[in-house]
Amino acid sequence: MKAIEIHNLKKTFGEKNVVENLTLDVEKGEVFGLLGPNGAGKTTTIRTILTLLKPTEGQVTVWGHDVVTQPRDVRQVLGYVPQEKAVDRFLTGREHLILVADLYHLTRPEAKKRIEDVLALVDLSQKADELVNHYSGGMKKKLDIACGMIPNPKILVLDEPTLGLDVESRIRIWDYIRRLQKSGLTILMTTNYLDEADQLCDRIAILDRGRLAAMGSPESLKKGLGGDRVTVRFGPGRNRLEELSDALKKELAFVNGIKLSPADHEMEIRVASNEEAISPLIQKIHQHGHLILAIQYSRPTLEDVFITYTGHKIKEDSALL
Amino acid sequence: MRLLLQETRALTMRSVKRLSRERISMIFGLIQPMLFWLILFGNLFQKTAQIPGFQAPDYITFLTAGVVVMTVLNSGLSGGVDLLFDKESGFLERLLSAPINRNSLIYSRFIFVMGITSVQILVILLAAFLLFGVYPHSGLVGLAFIMLVGLLFGLGLIAISLTLAFAIKGHGNFFALMGFLTLPLIFLSTALVPIQAMPGWMAFLAGFNPMTYAIEAVRELIIGGWHWGHLLKVLVVLLAFDAVSIGLSSRVFHRQVG
Ligand SMILES: Nc1ncnc2c1ncn2[C@@H]1O[C@H](COP(=O)(O)OP(=O)(O)OP(=O)(O)O)[C@@H](O)[C@H]1O
Ligand SMILES: [Mg+2]
Repeated sequence: MKAIEIHNLKKTFGEKNVVENLTLDVEKGEVFGLLGPNGAGKTTTIRTILTLLKPTEGQVTVWGHDVVTQPRDVRQVLGYVPQEKAVDRFLTGREHLILVADLYHLTRPEAKKRIEDVLALVDLSQKADELVNHYSGGMKKKLDIACGMIPNPKILVLDEPTLGLDVESRIRIWDYIRRLQKSGLTILMTTNYLDEADQLCDRIAILDRGRLAAMGSPESLKKGLGGDRVTVRFGPGRNRLEELSDALKKELAFVNGIKLSPADHEMEIRVASNEEAISPLIQKIHQHGHLILAIQYSRPTLEDVFITYTGHKIKEDSALL
Repeated sequence: MRLLLQETRALTMRSVKRLSRERISMIFGLIQPMLFWLILFGNLFQKTAQIPGFQAPDYITFLTAGVVVMTVLNSGLSGGVDLLFDKESGFLERLLSAPINRNSLIYSRFIFVMGITSVQILVILLAAFLLFGVYPHSGLVGLAFIMLVGLLFGLGLIAISLTLAFAIKGHGNFFALMGFLTLPLIFLSTALVPIQAMPGWMAFLAGFNPMTYAIEAVRELIIGGWHWGHLLKVLVVLLAFDAVSIGLSSRVFHRQVG
């Protein structure tokens, strides 16, 4: 049995298809990331898994329970950390946790122990009895995570856990997520930060306009692009790069592919992932009588993966805003 | 059943805790306007007591019943506000993602708002006694019936308010609609003027207003007459009002949250 199985999920609001043809599995014990730009349908997928929305078509099972026919069993195994900081500013941190414990039907002694544990996990023990009104954004998010952990869930669902947080809080939350995974928890999270997906997730699914664009581990997705990239720039003038490109492909085994810039002064070479390719490459280029102006070596990033599969960047450049 | 109790108690306690932190807004928001009605209008319209067909000894005695029921109207119709804000803040999502019986959300609202309403009725009656010497001449049993009538009316109002909180998008619209409902309900009732003093069409419409029934019963109990037949009729009318609004409310609610 998988932790979560989604088969052919479709969700429409009125005329609008928000999620289409989505099929994916989350394995027990992994951190699975749903990655996509704003409006991709991440939250909609999550809310369907949580039984807060009914699928228009398709099946979703969570820990073996169907979301439509056994919603309460599904909710029982899930802990949820919503996208918006869902806190009541007139309650203290501890009062939040007591409320959630009662809603998951913990007994008094169970609740007491559990509350101390989760407070310690997110370093909020000191501030537990202060009104949430006085918490910082990062503390509210920590409280959110604590609430999600109260039921001792099988699967923790985090919707954009680090949205809008400062760098330090983000890193701390990444650390909690890693620790929770070590303790055996299955984690499903959404994000639109590529670095976050890369660092945390065992596997990711790239969602774009409600459709699955690619799925796999960050490593395999990057490898799938055909290796590392060497960009070589030549001086102005006629460089006869096509000839050079044919020669390199023939003579060097580690070259997987070459893309030429239209202006005839730049080439992008995909090489098997290995820095040692650089020196023979430079030698070959010199042998063919070309002068290198600049050279850049880079590993493919998830950004490259994203662009390759969706045809656009995950976020508009901020300069355009 | 035990689980439902645990959920409902926890949700009710949450409202109580919130209230204890918002004491000032509670006092100014809910009780003070009603005292204002009592004091201002009570003094302004003393002469109304000379209108033919007016049975109360003076206008203050007459108005007290109106103010009691207007208080119920006010808190009943704002009974859905917290839920509305929970919906907007995403807190409701957190509650709904727990394995709870959905009804506990509704029950806890009923319990909490009816508790508040009871306190408010007692405060209004106490103020009327201390300031004007008006008290229910029907005694403690009468007081119990005043509470019963008030709460039965309140029950239906809370259901309506919860329905609107679920059905309406945005709190701006909600409050606009509340304001739109409140005034006609008050003016097309006998809260401020006796039915005999109304133009025919108004008296006709007031006859369809459940508020009129609640006010008339409370008024009789304050003035001191026991009219069992009338009281029974009022209770039946209010129960019917509750049945309709709760039926409507539960349909909207279960369509929204499953
Ligand atoms: N209740 C709803 N009614 C109508 N449209 C909706 C509803 N909920 C979401 N949508 C639409 O569905 C699309 C996907 O929304 P969703 O919240 O799932 O995106 P997301 O991937 O979580 O985005 P973000 O990164 O901004 O959180 C959006 O275009 C949104 O406007
Ligand atoms: Mg979202």
